[in-house]
Amino acid sequence: MNQALEQLAETISGRFAGQVTRVESRCGELTFEVAPTGLLTICQALRDEAGWNFEQLIDLCGVDYAAYGQDEWNTDTATSSGFSRGRQPLNRPAAGLSQQTGDGEQRRFAVVHHLLSVKHNRRLRLRTWCEPGEPPMVDSVIEIWKAADWFEREAFDLFGILFRGHPDLRRLLTDYGFIGHPFRKDFPLIGNVEVRYDPARGRVVYEPVSIEPRTLVPRVIREDNRYEAALKDAPKHG
Amino acid sequence: MAEIRSYTMNFGPQHPAAHGVLRLVLEMDGEVVQKADPHVGLLHRATEKLAESKPYNQSIGYMDRLDYVSMMCNEHAYCMAIEKLLGVQVPERAQYIRVMFDEITRILNHLMWLGAHGLDIGAMTMFLYCFREREDLMDCYEAVSGTRMHATYYRPGGVYRDLPDTLPKYQPSRFRSAKEINRLNDARSGSLLDFIDDFTARFPAAIDEYETLLTDNRIWKQRTVNIGVVTPERALNLGFTGPVLRGSGVAWDLRKKQPYEVYDRMDFDIPVGLNGDCYDRYLVRVEELRQSNRIVKQCVDWLRMNPGPVMIDDHKVVPPRREAMKGDMESLIHHFKLFTEGYSVPAGESYAAVEAPKGEFGIYLVSDGANKPYRLKCRAPGFPHLAALEEMTTGHMLADVVAVIGTLDIVFGEIDR
Repeated sequence: MNQALEQLAETISGRFAGQVTRVESRCGELTFEVAPTGLLTICQALRDEAGWNFEQLIDLCGVDYAAYGQDEWNTDTATSSGFSRGRQPLNRPAAGLSQQTGDGEQRRFAVVHHLLSVKHNRRLRLRTWCEPGEPPMVDSVIEIWKAADWFEREAFDLFGILFRGHPDLRRLLTDYGFIGHPFRKDFPLIGNVEVRYDPARGRVVYEPVSIEPRTLVPRVIREDNRYEAALKDAPKHG
Repeated sequence: MAEIRSYTMNFGPQHPAAHGVLRLVLEMDGEVVQKADPHVGLLHRATEKLAESKPYNQSIGYMDRLDYVSMMCNEHAYCMAIEKLLGVQVPERAQYIRVMFDEITRILNHLMWLGAHGLDIGAMTMFLYCFREREDLMDCYEAVSGTRMHATYYRPGGVYRDLPDTLPKYQPSRFRSAKEINRLNDARSGSLLDFIDDFTARFPAAIDEYETLLTDNRIWKQRTVNIGVVTPERALNLGFTGPVLRGSGVAWDLRKKQPYEVYDRMDFDIPVGLNGDCYDRYLVRVEELRQSNRIVKQCVDWLRMNPGPVMIDDHKVVPPRREAMKGDMESLIHHFKLFTEGYSVPAGESYAAVEAPKGEFGIYLVSDGANKPYRLKCRAPGFPHLAALEEMTTGHMLADVVAVIGTLDIVFGEIDR
């Protein structure tokens, strides 16, 4: 991470102490976790105050951390089972679809903002954990960056995250009348319904899916010591 | 007092000027647009979710199908995001090849845009002219990857293979005369680099032809000047990038400001508009054609002089050569593991952005250490551009909506994903 970015990180940490937490990155990118209560004031300051000037919201997306770190095939010990290992359902933790934090709090959905300062040529990533509960909620930044409009509609559509203060939070990408939020980790890849034209009724009908879910390649997590050294000196690539 | 009557008009999704599957619900006061509500998602394929279910390398092909007019630039961002997390440094020759094909892709995209945009607002000939040059560049795609569009040519760690020494030739047919075939095959008689070199020599004259038809054309100017004006401040706030942002007068180009691969060694200029209207965006893109041509030429010259590897030599990420696999046990194991399980990417997150022809195309990748991405987000440049359509068209005439849609360079493969 270069010096200018390091300096930026220090000013942000200093100004918003208690509300932001720095996240270590192995790619030389600057990431902060932001407390949901402070999101709007922090974003406003990041956009307007001299020295920061993050004029652009490059990207905003939701992330569902429900299955983070779960694999379908254990690689700690040798296995005698064959290819069917990938067809077993995920080893879900007893707590269900949520991540445990250190203090026992459960959290699942996060919203990630990617900011860009054209003036200072810097990037910044903010991650805000949604308030727990269903539906997950977070403040909308549409008043600060108009670009958030469709990005937030998309995150609502795909993850069911509600953005407080968004004036027109409609579905964006899925079909009219779609049920569910397809990018959640508990939404099956094959979907729930399929459509076909029914000549008898003269219209398109919705039916439960008739195909079986399949795993072609099981999800495997491998600890790789070669990357430990890379963490210390990040590549200059990009 | 006159009665207020506004019409609700449905535009698309099968309208030829809707550039694919845009459905626009327009509130009209006579010919004047009061409100424009784009309905998108008709091409939604959940690419990001599909990528979560596959090993990293199997999703490269999906990237081609996002913005299907600038295929290799999408692959580039995806490979860069993976390489960032893996900490892999791509060989120099592969970097030059990537830059060259990024610029070929930019020319491809801008030609498609110019032809379609011209056709939308009444310049039929442009389409035919642009596709004439596009055909040659498609042949370059075919020569390196075997396909004309969905190349899957960039791989994490480099590019799939080195540039070929020969090009396929045209065969005699009853649709083309012998003279025509000889002319086409003449340029294709050498290596791919000879062919691209020849293209860069004749392409500036072709751009002059396009400009003769449009730049000072009275009808073209009437349709584009002062249409869809965006101020620089507003363009930044709306999340614009690429030629649309530069058309508004903001000198911002990732190739210059945050250079990736070997762009910092290239000599080229960044065109910037003054007024932020459709005409300025047209001028910016036409100038980008010329600048891209310059970059391609520089890459060709370098690639001629400097042979070398085009892939890293790390068989934990890149499969070994097939010949090695036949006689070497270790290569066989590497090959087997890479094609059954793939490689695991260390836990973390990365964002890699390239200056795609339409703007900033970014890939945000979250990995939990598995052989598949945990979350993949494609930041498509067209997405915020289309979101601003309402702001850009309100108060304009219906016919101007077509001009604005055309100038935003919208492709639904990337907007709907």
